[in-house]
Formats: sequence, C-alpha cells, structure tokens
Amino acid sequence: MQNFQGVGVSPGRVIGTIRQMPKPVSEPPSGEQLAASTTAEDAVVGLKAAAQSVHDELKARADKASGDGKAVLEATALMAKDTMLLKSATKLINNNGSSAERAIWEAGASVSEMLHNLGGYMAERATDVLDVRARIVAELRGVPAPGIPASDTPFILVAEDLAPADTATLDPAIVTALVTSGGGPQSHTAIIARSLGLPAVVAARGVDEIPDGAEVFVDGAAGSLSLEPSEEQRAAALAWVENSATLAVFDGKGTTADGHLVPLLANVGGAKDAAAAAALGAQGVGLFRTEFCFLERDTEPTVLEQAAAYRGVFDAFPGKKVVLRTLDAGADKPLPFLTDATEPNPALGVRGYRTDFTTPGVLERQLEAIAIAADESEAEVWVMAPMISTPAEAARFASLCGAAGIKTPGVMVEVPSAALTSASVLRHVAFASLGTNDLTQYAMAADRQLGPLAELNTPWQPAVLRLVQLTVAGSAEEGNGKPVGVCGEAAADPALAVVLVGLGVSTLSMTARSLAAVGTVLKTVTLEQAQELARLALSAPDALDAKAWVRAKLPILEELGL
Amino acid sequence: MPERTATIASRSGLHARPAAIFAEAASEQPVEVTIAMPGAPADDALDAASILSLMTLGAAKGDVVVLRAEGDGADAALDSLVTLLETDLDAE
Repeated sequence: MQNFQGVGVSPGRVIGTIRQMPKPVSEPPSGEQLAASTTAEDAVVGLKAAAQSVHDELKARADKASGDGKAVLEATALMAKDTMLLKSATKLINNNGSSAERAIWEAGASVSEMLHNLGGYMAERATDVLDVRARIVAELRGVPAPGIPASDTPFILVAEDLAPADTATLDPAIVTALVTSGGGPQSHTAIIARSLGLPAVVAARGVDEIPDGAEVFVDGAAGSLSLEPSEEQRAAALAWVENSATLAVFDGKGTTADGHLVPLLANVGGAKDAAAAAALGAQGVGLFRTEFCFLERDTEPTVLEQAAAYRGVFDAFPGKKVVLRTLDAGADKPLPFLTDATEPNPALGVRGYRTDFTTPGVLERQLEAIAIAADESEAEVWVMAPMISTPAEAARFASLCGAAGIKTPGVMVEVPSAALTSASVLRHVAFASLGTNDLTQYAMAADRQLGPLAELNTPWQPAVLRLVQLTVAGSAEEGNGKPVGVCGEAAADPALAVVLVGLGVSTLSMTARSLAAVGTVLKTVTLEQAQELARLALSAPDALDAKAWVRAKLPILEELGL
Repeated sequence: MPERTATIASRSGLHARPAAIFAEAASEQPVEVTIAMPGAPADDALDAASILSLMTLGAAKGDVVVLRAEGDGADAALDSLVTLLETDLDAE
C-alpha cells in the first residue's frame, strides 16, 4: 500500500478511481513545418475535422449545461469552427507550409490578441479562443483535451492545481474528491473544495504519476491518498457516508458544551450563496464579499445597482446580522477601473481599503448603496473595511460610514500592524473581524497561492495564533467589549475553531458547508477546555505540532473523519 | 448584390450571447452572408457566420450594419437575419 502525504484542506474519506487532469497543451515549435508525408491539402482536411470534433464535443457539453455556463460553452463551441480562425490557419498551411498544429496555434494567437486589444467583454473572450486552440491542437495530436475530463461516471480528480475557471466545469456529482500535487491550503483548489464540500488534499507530491483508473483512498482531514485501499479504509469510507449525512445539518445554534454562545455565521458572495447559507442554518453572515457585484465589470456599477445586489443578501437574513466587507479589489482580484495591474508586488500594493487612496469616491458610493439597502431591509447590517493597517485609517473609515448613515462600522484585521495595535484601532470602530487567510500570508511573508510554501501558509502557525490573541487582548484593553470575530478559512477547520474560541473570538464565519462540522465539535468542549487547547497551541514550536497536539485532545475529530 | 441594413437591438450589442445566436443563424443559411459597418468597402465585409468576426466588428446597440448575400435564397436569408438583429436577444 503506497501512501502520498499532502495537506488536508477539506475533510471526507472516499474511495474511487482517479482521473488525471491532462497537462496543459504545449506550444508546437515555432516554424514547425508539415511532415514530408503530408500534403497541405490533407493537413487542411485534418484541421477541419479536428475543429469539427472539438465543436461537437463542446456543443454536446453545452446541451447538458444550464444558465451562464451553457451560454459560454455555446459561444466557445462556435469559435472552434469559426471561419475567421480556420481561414487564417489554412492560409498559414498553404502559404508557409506550416504544420496544422502550428498554424492553428498562430491563428488563435492573433485572433486572441485582437480581442484582447478591444478590451472589456472581448478581452475576456480572448482566453476562450486560446482554450479552443489548445483543444484543437490536443485533438490533432490525439491527446486528451485540456481541462477537467468529461465523464459520466464518478472519479477522483488529480491535478497540478485548479484555476478559478475550472470551477465552472467541475460537477460535484461526478468529481468525488480533489487531490493536487501543487497549490497550498489557501489555493483556489482548497477554496473550491470547501465551498463544494468535496474532500481535498493539496501539495501531495508525486500524485501526478498515479495512472488513470487506479483505485485510491483519500482522507481529506489527514491529507493523505493511499493506493490499493485496505479493508479498514473501505470501512472508513463507508462510515464517512453516514457521518457526512449528519454533518450536513447544522441546528442553528453555535455553543460550547457549557453554554458559551459562539454564533456561527456564513461567508457569502451574493444572494444565491446567502439563501443557501440560510437554508444550512447559518446564524447570520460574517463576511459578505461585495467584489462579486463588481467583477467582470469594466465600469463601476451604479449606486442603485449595488443597492439591489446587497439587498438580495440582506433579505436572506431578516432580523439577523450581516457583516458586509467593502470592496476588496487588487492582488488576486484586479478590477480594471480601480487597480493597477502593473504593480510589482500586488499583495503589498494598492488593494482593499487602500484603493480609496488612488480612486476616491468608489468607496463613498458603495457606502451610500449599502445604507440604502440596509434601510430597506430588516437585516442588522454591519460594515467593515478590508486591509486596514493603522488606527488613522480605521478612524477615517468610521467617519465615512457615519456620513453615509451606517451605524456599525468595523475593520478587518489582516495586516499584522492592525493586530498589534488593535486597542487603538478598535477605539474608532465598533468591531473587528480577523481575516486569517491574509493575516497568515502577511505574518509568514508567504504567498497564499504557492505550493512550496504550504507549510508556512497555515493559520495553525503559532505566530498567527499569537496575533489573534493580541487582537482579542486589544479589545479588552479598549474596554468596551467590542467583538472580535474570525471570517477566514481558519474558522472552517473544526479543531482550529475550538482554539479560536479559546483565544476569545466571539463569532466564527465560514463557508456554509462547514457550519455543521464546526458546530458538532464545538458542542463537545467547554469554554475552559477550549482555553486550555488555545494555550496548548500557542505553546507549540510550530504549526504541525500545534495542530497535532490539539487534534490529539479532540478524539471526536478522528471518530467523525474530520 | 442584395443587401439590407439593420439596427442592432440587443442591449449588449453584437457580442456575447446575441453574437452566438446570430452567427449560428447565419451559418444555417443556404448562402454566404457578410456583415460590415455602413460605408466600409464590400471587399472588407466580414463573414456573418463567424462569431469571432462579429466580436471584432464591435457593433453596439443602436449601430447600423450592412448585410450582403448573393445567390438563390439570398433575399429570404437577409430578411430573416435582419429580423434577428432587430430583436433584443438579451431579453430572451
């Protein structure tokens, strides 16, 4: 039995056969000519046949898809047999003697560049042309098409890493687990897996060598993949089916065994998420990411458009708390009208609240829209700014909120300076919310997306836990009992959630699918035990020990497969 | 050569979904149909069945375009495509 060890990012134990995500299609060498045995005529016929079959495959997928995904697939299918693309490739074959692969590669590049230069919506379609081109080259070479393999039977997907775009074609009824050789705990793969509730392991070196069709056991909590599953592992996978059914339902009351209440809230990106989170028992929203109203836009949405979008989320939680985060553009979420894509260090650049330095007005209009939506709804709306670094920024944000008529302003604590000065920061605002993903990235100086830094990039790092502790201590020092919550991915890890409660965090906000698991584990410990576990984690020399020591004291985790 | 002018009615202009619907319809016609901005030489007209050509044309809502076709069924083909362009395809 061979074992591959990675980092577990989403719990679950499953057995299945694997499918490797095909490697990206490599560029046909520049100047590649037709083979001596091939005439230009044959090459053109071959190219057209390949294009037709790529078209048919995409069209068949479009027919099965629905909504936006369907429209995108239909348009992409049409590109595959587009006369502009094929005529330009044909010309290269006939006039230059290019191979069919090289001809379509170059034709695709020039069309894509043309679309890119047009900007806006067209620029976004430029990548679709490149995708179609890669598919045609794969077809000509007789290798599998890039992207998540199409299949009618369930499989475990093994990839180097997933991109946000892969989410659209990832069907959780077919893909039963995700394992990647690259990526870190905060990578897109991890975030996609948690939001879909799929067991997932990242940074598991060597898994890309496993042949398609191999039967494996994946443990998303332990972070391991085993070939030739044992009887024990088969039993564990069966038990998970039962456990996951109970772990799918949260009773809507976050509390420790001794009745210390810790409201469990959801992270949402829009009205659809909010409705789903409410159905899963979320006690409110601890992080409403408003970027999703802005992404895929070339220009700023109007105040009324924004208000309508916010209202959709507020209305899912009448009488409950909804914490909205103002626009967090920049770094991995660029926006054409707000951020500078040429910054050498985007994670340390003009992002989050800082975009107000360079593009004033956008934030004020967003606050105006929030106030309108809050007035019309019954939700208890709190508003926080991302990437606050100093008390002065907190003060200015609070005054902007006040001017807009927003009663409960707050800050995200993601920059270590804000954690270290939290007493002064909190003097100006009503609450703080720890964004553990960025706080970890900045405390450890480790890019969230990089696989080789996965071990550094975990909120189990004692240094990160110390910053959480300092933020809570700052609130106590400030003296008005201002709440400090957590809204990063850390809150979704049931063991870490217990530690955070022990550190004095008052609410936990997470992807809605993790609510039940966190709620179930939290109910098994008293506040005093949680405090004990927090001290234990803080005393650990490194993240691995902190996690192992705490998990050893929470046997329910192993029992439930979490 | 038979030709028609049409005013783009779709809110998003002649890209995104409307372009896909129009290109698909153009490719189903028995004759080759071209599309151009008014005043552009007929030689530079683009293939109406090419979604990529339509996107590079960049026609917005309210823009006028010229459709041309030749051969049997050209008039009927042009009429049906004009109707399509003058429908707000984003509303469907």
